[in-house]
Amino acid sequence: MIEIDGITKVYDGTAAVDNVSMIVETGTITVIVGTSGSGKTTLLRMINRLVEPTSGEVRINGDATSAEKPHLLRRRIGYAIQGHGLFPHHTVARNIGAVPELLNWSKGDIRARVDELLTLLAMEPAQFRDRYPAELSGGQQQRVGVARALASRPDLLLMDEPFGALDPIIRMRAQEDLRRIQQQLGSTIMLITHDMEEAIRLGDRVAVMDAGRLVQHGTPAEIVARPATEFVANMVGDVERPLRLLSLVPVSEIMEEGPAEGDALPAEASLRDALSACLWTGRDAVPVMRDGSGPGRVTLASIRARAERRA
Amino acid sequence: MRIGTILRPALIVVLIALVLRPTWFAPVFAPFAPAGGPVIYDRASLLSLSLSHLTLVVLASAAATLVAVTLAILVTRPAGAAFRPLSRTITNMGQTFPPVAVLALAVPMLGFGAGPTLVALFLYGLLPIFENAMTGLSTLPPATIEAARGIGLNRWQRLIRVELPLALPVMLTGIRLSVVISLGTATIGSTVAARTLGEVIIAGLLTNNTAYVLQGGLIVGLFAVLIYDALVQLEARLISRTGG
Ligand SMILES: Nc1ncnc2c1ncn2[C@@H]1O[C@H](COP(=O)(O)OP(=O)(O)O)[C@@H](O)[C@H]1O
Ligand SMILES: [Mg+2]
Repeated sequence: MIEIDGITKVYDGTAAVDNVSMIVETGTITVIVGTSGSGKTTLLRMINRLVEPTSGEVRINGDATSAEKPHLLRRRIGYAIQGHGLFPHHTVARNIGAVPELLNWSKGDIRARVDELLTLLAMEPAQFRDRYPAELSGGQQQRVGVARALASRPDLLLMDEPFGALDPIIRMRAQEDLRRIQQQLGSTIMLITHDMEEAIRLGDRVAVMDAGRLVQHGTPAEIVARPATEFVANMVGDVERPLRLLSLVPVSEIMEEGPAEGDALPAEASLRDALSACLWTGRDAVPVMRDGSGPGRVTLASIRARAERRA
Repeated sequence: MRIGTILRPALIVVLIALVLRPTWFAPVFAPFAPAGGPVIYDRASLLSLSLSHLTLVVLASAAATLVAVTLAILVTRPAGAAFRPLSRTITNMGQTFPPVAVLALAVPMLGFGAGPTLVALFLYGLLPIFENAMTGLSTLPPATIEAARGIGLNRWQRLIRVELPLALPVMLTGIRLSVVISLGTATIGSTVAARTLGEVIIAGLLTNNTAYVLQGGLIVGLFAVLIYDALVQLEARLISRTGG
């Protein structure tokens, strides 16, 4: 558990981060979202002490981070920097193995870990291990940056706009990969984005920053359904709200017995997918696949009723 | 590149021949020698003069590199930033001071021979190395340096593993300039009795023998060109390995 307790950073008389407190539960993804200059990077960098807070404290599993030497603290916190920051003079393998090397892992262990991470990130180890960063695409560089942050199995992973440089399709894949990896490893992740869509898709919790303050911290559904301030409402976008809400609800929640025509949706599809399928093919109901018993269905009317509940 | 692959071995062969078998070139230099005078310098072995010349240059350049790079490292640390202007002034002075004047001043203290020459070459070599090392160390990619801190490298590890390797190509450029300047400058060491290839040139000037001057000048020039070329190749290899 990470406790951020009344943390503030003042630069030249103005607070870049203004008395922010929040708790991040172990094994969850917290997405920090806000406009550019709202203090997201500064907040994240105070957690691994790349920036020393003007006041306030961060505790990891009860221990204040200020009690440890900064470079030792950083070795157990993974950090994926905005714009990857790979070492251009080291191979992919050496970049990924950088922290394990600092922690004196054996050569064999490091090599095994590098190959494991490359495989996890869908990069063939034999093909990529010995390349230099300049010989990779932007998306591959960013994935290596993520692998480097993951390498020593850190308690906590800090990621500053890790998908910023990716085009939309690769970005979506990278988000799915991250979700999958996080679930497999049970890591605790704090991730920055300026894209509310990404925050809602990835976060177990979303923290919205505005001018250095934490204006709302809650589940994606809470943020969408009950924005705490006008700023949050604007970030969510009025027009988008009903659809964002539906995208958070799985079809299984309102699935009912009964027949429906046409192609079936997978059980993990969202209501937004179901609505889209209804509208596109002019159906009033779509079948949904289920394990065991035959397919169930989701009707247009029930999607509408669910959207009107707003939570 | 294509020209280099033919020219480089040719120049190396010519240089080796000039140093080891100078008499082969007697017909070439004869037109420049005074009537009836000697054509080929034979008062000392050209090989031993070359080795002594190169040794002086290597020693002075190594010392200058050590001092200039250390200085550049110190003044690019946060604590050393205040000394940056001062260290610039000192190394600039080293360069603007004519080497002949350094020799004249150093002889009373160090006597004749290699000593004053080493001092002059050392002072003269500092500036290019210092300036380049400082440029290299203060223009590193910020995201990489930030990442180095972020993953938990301490100051020393950042310097050794990231900053110096990344600054190396630019530093090598400075060292290359310095070495080439030293190769030429070392010739004047012979005016204070240091054993360098300058001896051949000076003997030629004293006896009005242009053949000697050409012979000495050609050997020094070829050494400079070939060493410059070798260092350029080394830098290119380093840069291509790290993808620039
Ligand atoms: N080292 C610094 N010195 C002075 N001001 C800074 C520094 N770092 C950040 N700031 C200021 O703090 C504010 C928040 O910056 P940042 O945390 O980078 O925002 P974000 O990551 O949300 O875009 C900005 O106004 C920025 O100019
Ligand atoms: Mg930022």
